[in-house]
Amino acid sequence: MKNGYLLAALVGISTVVFVVIGTVWPIPSAVAYAGGNGLLLPSSTPEAAVTKLGDDIRLRAWEDAYTGLENKSEFTEPEFVHDLTGYYPSLRTDATLESFEVLPLHVSDTEAEIHLRLHWSTVVGTFVNVRDLHVTRNGDRWNVDWPLERKSVVPPQVIAVNYLRWDVIYRGPGDDWGSQDVEAPHVRIVDMHPVQRATGVVVLGELLNEDVVPAYVSVRATLQSNNGLPIASEDSFDKISPILLPKQVTPFLINFQNVTLSSVGSIHMEPIAALVSASADPVIEIQNQQLSPAPDAYLTGNLVNQSGQIVNVAHVLGTFYDNTGQVIWVADQYADRALLPQTPVPFKIHIPEDIARSVSSERTVTATYSVGGFQ
Amino acid sequence: MRLKSALLIAGMVLVAIRSANAQGGSLSLPQTVEAGRSFSIQSAESGKSILYIIGPGQVLMVDNIRQGKTISIAAGLLYNAGHYLAILIGDSSTENGSFDVIPTTQPAGLSFLAKPSRLPVGLKNGISGAVYIFDAYHNLITSPETVYFKLSNDSESIQERTSISRVGAAWAVLNSTDKEGIDKFEARVDGISSTRVVEQVPGDPCSIKISAQESGQKLLLKTDPVRDCSGNAVPDGTIITFTEIYGGTQSTIDMPLKRGIAQVEMVAPKGARISVASGVVLGNEIDWK
Repeated sequence: MKNGYLLAALVGISTVVFVVIGTVWPIPSAVAYAGGNGLLLPSSTPEAAVTKLGDDIRLRAWEDAYTGLENKSEFTEPEFVHDLTGYYPSLRTDATLESFEVLPLHVSDTEAEIHLRLHWSTVVGTFVNVRDLHVTRNGDRWNVDWPLERKSVVPPQVIAVNYLRWDVIYRGPGDDWGSQDVEAPHVRIVDMHPVQRATGVVVLGELLNEDVVPAYVSVRATLQSNNGLPIASEDSFDKISPILLPKQVTPFLINFQNVTLSSVGSIHMEPIAALVSASADPVIEIQNQQLSPAPDAYLTGNLVNQSGQIVNVAHVLGTFYDNTGQVIWVADQYADRALLPQTPVPFKIHIPEDIARSVSSERTVTATYSVGGFQ
Repeated sequence: MRLKSALLIAGMVLVAIRSANAQGGSLSLPQTVEAGRSFSIQSAESGKSILYIIGPGQVLMVDNIRQGKTISIAAGLLYNAGHYLAILIGDSSTENGSFDVIPTTQPAGLSFLAKPSRLPVGLKNGISGAVYIFDAYHNLITSPETVYFKLSNDSESIQERTSISRVGAAWAVLNSTDKEGIDKFEARVDGISSTRVVEQVPGDPCSIKISAQESGQKLLLKTDPVRDCSGNAVPDGTIITFTEIYGGTQSTIDMPLKRGIAQVEMVAPKGARISVASGVVLGNEIDWK
């Protein structure tokens, strides 16, 4: 009986001790899910102030984040929210802040410069957004000046768009089996090249729509061993521009994880094309493409939407060639902001260092997606 | 309902075959019967009897057959081509025999497979057509028939081929012409014809030529009308890629053809090099000075 009381007391005391430990020294993830660390770690340092802001953004506690800003009189809370989530539907709209890094650049007694790297998670992967924050001391607290990126304003205008649109009527369900149907678009792989990477084999190349109608395309590759047995089969998924207009060329990249090129005897390539309704609009100009050399190799440039409608998601695909014109790499990036008419949106595509040293030229294409489609 | 019918037919067939196997008398039957034609069977059976005729997808039963009577099978009753078994079950004995129902010699329908329905001009052996010849009962006519293939446009016949069918099928291969347009591809057998449409579309641009003209702060780049090597206008919507290289930077724009030409305005400082391409075809280059 005495042992029972002793055990109950021990469990009770242990519980109280653990609750106190968890409250005073919480683990970071618990802090985040509990609503940030503002209560336990007030903005007593510049880093703590920026960390609290990062936590508020992660929790989408917009009011708390906005209230704590030093320069909130310069913009409204909705403007602050739209600066982070996008003024128009885009990848940012449904992105969640996966993590952030706080890097002090300069700190004095009254002010500090902090580098904030926000790692956003979206349906097509992650993207990084960097803000350099000015933090000022206000009594015993530090407050952040938020560098708001103001909404691009498109001047009122009429943009005449009369590009083509293709519609398709397929054969009816009751037609005779010998009756004709619309012909699938004719596409051709014009270049293909397997590459061994650390993660496995990558098959890359280019696909041409040699027809006069638009095509919805994909490429499937099957690796075969020396004795002809299939090793693995994968398709290009989103590493391709899926809608190809007549005579348009797209790069493609197919990843085979954990496969070595030495075990591959042959590769069976299967381009897939289906006839789809499509529009020749929007036209996207890719301005100022520039290759930055290794070691920190990038392709940068600006996307300019020349149509009158907003492009919600733009996918940039870069094809990189060596000095013989052989495709040696394909890389891509999604623009996290919507493309407004005539408004440049920058992009930056990372190129692996070893490949960047062999890159001689590049070609960039974009695939676009708009809410409701283009009419 | 369909299942019930199938079970009934299967049951009748089993009964008939078992009876036929029991006794082996022979019926006087024609060797072949044309599909849908009437014919008669002579029976020596005494008394009342029942006749079963079993074939591909068909079972026919004739009952109350009197002694020594000629059994007439009316026109249109047996029409599926194939091998048939006839069994006459009488009071005292069973007679059986077999015969073939063959397709009629008169074509009544064609299944015409023409491929492709769209192809570039000037392609040798690019168009293929295959014809299957059927009679009025949808039996494949396996006897040789002469099939005429013709590719024509509204004004003239362009190409013709003749082919003799083998085991019900005939085929031909034709070239696409040099002129774009929608052509008719016709297969004809003994007055029966079937027509398909073959769209001949322009091929790759033969050459692309651009010219440049200053337009305010920008440069207006414009192609000459883009044509293929047969002189056909390349269709609108075809992508023309303009590339401008200046000082280590590159700008590109994929512009669809509109009314036969593509034009674009680009910011091009003096010294920029501008080129044009479509698919795998390169055009001229301009050094903007």
